[in-house]
Amino acid sequence: MSIATAERVAHRPFLDLSQPILWAFAAFLCVLIVLPVSWLVVFGFSDRAGAFTLENFERLFTDPDFLEPLVTTLIVAVSSSAICCAVAAPMAWLVARTDVPLRLTIRALVTASFVTPPFLGAIAWELLAAPNSGLLNQAFRALTGAPQDVALFNIYSLPGLIFVIATYTFPYVFVLIANALERIPGELEDASAILGGRMWHTARRVMIPLALPALLAGALIAFLQAMTLFGSPAILALPSGFHTMTTKIWSLFQVPPKPELAAAASLPLLIVTVMLLRAQRALLGRRGYSVVGGKSGDPRRIRLGWLKWVALAVCLGVLSMPVFLPYFALFNAAFSPTATTLISPSTMTLHNIQFAFFELSTTKVALKNTFILGTLAATLGTILALVIGYITARTAVAGHRFLGFLATAPIAIPGIVLGVGLFLSYARPPFLLYGTIWILLLAYLTIELPAAYQQMQSAYRAVHPELEDASRILGATRLQALRHVTAPLLRTNVIATWCFIFVSVIRELSAAIMLFTSETKVISVLIFDLKESGDLGAIAVLGISMLLITFAVVIFANRIPGFGAGRLRNT
Amino acid sequence: MKKHRVSRRKVLGGSAALAAATVFASPIRAAAPPAATVTPALIEAAKKEGKVVWYTSVDLPVAERVAKAFEAKYDGVKVRVERSGAERIFQRISQEYGSRIHAVDVVQSSDAAHFIVWKRDGVLAPYVPEDVAKHFPAEHKDPDGLFATWRAWLCVIGYNTNLVKAEEAPKSFADLLDPKWAGKIVKAHPSYSGTILTATFQISRDLGWEYFEKLAKQRIMQVQSSADPPKKLALGERAVMADGNEYNMFQIKEKKGPVEIVYPTEGAPLIIGPNAIFKAAPNPNAARLLQSYLFSAEAQQINVDFGGLRSVHPLVKEKAGRTPFKDIKKMKDDPVAVEKQSEQIKARYARIFKV
Repeated sequence: MSIATAERVAHRPFLDLSQPILWAFAAFLCVLIVLPVSWLVVFGFSDRAGAFTLENFERLFTDPDFLEPLVTTLIVAVSSSAICCAVAAPMAWLVARTDVPLRLTIRALVTASFVTPPFLGAIAWELLAAPNSGLLNQAFRALTGAPQDVALFNIYSLPGLIFVIATYTFPYVFVLIANALERIPGELEDASAILGGRMWHTARRVMIPLALPALLAGALIAFLQAMTLFGSPAILALPSGFHTMTTKIWSLFQVPPKPELAAAASLPLLIVTVMLLRAQRALLGRRGYSVVGGKSGDPRRIRLGWLKWVALAVCLGVLSMPVFLPYFALFNAAFSPTATTLISPSTMTLHNIQFAFFELSTTKVALKNTFILGTLAATLGTILALVIGYITARTAVAGHRFLGFLATAPIAIPGIVLGVGLFLSYARPPFLLYGTIWILLLAYLTIELPAAYQQMQSAYRAVHPELEDASRILGATRLQALRHVTAPLLRTNVIATWCFIFVSVIRELSAAIMLFTSETKVISVLIFDLKESGDLGAIAVLGISMLLITFAVVIFANRIPGFGAGRLRNT
Repeated sequence: MKKHRVSRRKVLGGSAALAAATVFASPIRAAAPPAATVTPALIEAAKKEGKVVWYTSVDLPVAERVAKAFEAKYDGVKVRVERSGAERIFQRISQEYGSRIHAVDVVQSSDAAHFIVWKRDGVLAPYVPEDVAKHFPAEHKDPDGLFATWRAWLCVIGYNTNLVKAEEAPKSFADLLDPKWAGKIVKAHPSYSGTILTATFQISRDLGWEYFEKLAKQRIMQVQSSADPPKKLALGERAVMADGNEYNMFQIKEKKGPVEIVYPTEGAPLIIGPNAIFKAAPNPNAARLLQSYLFSAEAQQINVDFGGLRSVHPLVKEKAGRTPFKDIKKMKDDPVAVEKQSEQIKARYARIFKV
């Protein structure tokens, strides 16, 4: 590879545009993030007439209507994050470093749970574990003969909400940790073994410390996801009469809208996030985690013996929560006349499919918008994350730290609030974008950037700059080195990031629900609409179709020539 | 034009007609335009536009059924149904109009008070379909020809017949406060549903807010749309619904679903759902064509037969087996008051029920 690289970069262009282009990206990022966020800050400190006030914050921290949701949100975020890490880390280790069977299947199933929008998962879990009509509770009563009003699970509760959020946040953590573990070269284990370290000792002293950045990043992402999710609490918390911050903020936008309070309510979430990010940096800051150098070997897999079957059973058991059970419930609902009655050949109906595709007049437009937006946002977002990640990881531009902060900041803003920030920014001159899909595109780019950026940045961190340095010594500009050396090394990450954004766009509900118009409706909003009127059959049909199409796109993306994820890794 | 006299008696029960009077009694001069017939020129112009966007709060399958019937009749004009709760529709239109986005052609809302606001804002276009001019009782059409009652129905109590015996079922709102129903009630939300907002106004006016304060102690399951509680009953998720659409109950019941309607002894809240065209409609001709169709006896009969709704069109027949509209004790509707109190009702409800 080094020879090919040397040939490609031999002709140094007369003018190096690297710096201006990098600056342009930085400027775009500033506008993208700073504009809506400053509107939020302005609104947070304004009263209804627009004069400066601290009243919003005073109310936020004294009114139990706001304090309760704030506490609930923190409980939900901390517990789901902890559950995610506790489940995902061992599973990722099993898949990445041991000979547990069906590793590819397990990864595919994790992808399936990631592709499942959390709100769809929440609806599926209603079908499974609603106290009276839930399939699991029905089965429980049928098996034990328990009376009608006894339920094994009640999904409309705080534990139910935490469970469902953790179920659909866990793939983030799993993928981060599994990828990190896979990148650790076998030599490090060998070295430990040569020095007399046994398997568990090696795991503890070598593997776990090396996977620590990924684990922390995973915990952080899980926490922030749980904190900013809107769909799941709207579906599971509201029926039992409690709010989280996001649903509370959403309720503040209903007639009459109170954007000042909502903006104020979002700022504490932003501060929590900034503090967490600083803590993460403090923990990781002084150590080096480069594991991908110019040369490294394949990972070794630990032999588990008969235990591998136990491990497999555990993995599949975990995956039944986000995948097998919910999709069983959705399939059943799609073909059943009433969503929670088990179908039999005699009761099976195609009515829901007929309704969703031939009667529902918004299906087609919503599908079209969703896939246009998904593709555009994924492509632009990947490029943006690649460049910004490069700038901050290689300190290419002055003020790179600030850029890194900007790229991470949106994660702390609930999509619903960001939606309002964007609405305030782009529904008035000079940027008249409301009513077009472009405002949704900006929303998706902003929302997905932090995670995409985090992924790219941790990928850069794992690639030692020695390879780039070599290319630059041979005369390449920064952008050439990025294009010909670093980007190809990161190709797995690039594809992963593209797919990640694409899928996230399809999952996204909270910003879209603020920004859509009838012409720019997306599938998640359509499903949420159907949910509010209780049309579960149509939701099941649309949800399953959505999953199939998403899978098709993700598989296609992995097959694009030259980008094959299964090909070259560290060689 | 042929004069067509309609006797009061033919119009569904006097009480309904009387009750609905307020929204339509405009203090300003009555200046409705002449009745508009569906001309070949209108059909041609509508087909040129090719589509019409209808924001509505009627339950989605009903809206789509009517829309498909329209498309079948006027081949080449597609209807895009944009369905949500009436309060959401109202917010959506405010938000869109605030940004000068005129996406909506025709609007239907289960909160009749919305039409007072839109009329005051001057955003509705005068248009009186022939059926409205000829057949609709005066109490059900705007004197200025801006809107008319597209549908009427009741907000009722209901129960699941597998879970509750008929003799044990609640008969009144007061019965719902019995501790035996704690944890077993499902209820819709007035910040989403125009039906529930209207009903909350009528119930709090007639029974007092204490009723809701006591009901909140019953650990209700809070859903959004007034179409949802009947569906939750059909699933068996809850045994009793405190409020919900009569018309969804008819639909489920007539498909042998395990639900039964209870008309509360205090009276069932009466809900009126008008329909109108916007002045700034992007497809003005298709909008007129749709408006004319929606008020035709044909479409109104679909509302009744398929949808389970009530119609104020005197040529429309009620479906056998349903309690006749006039025999049901109703609460009086008052959109003018709802318009004034809408915000307080929502705020107070949120305080009582926590969401």
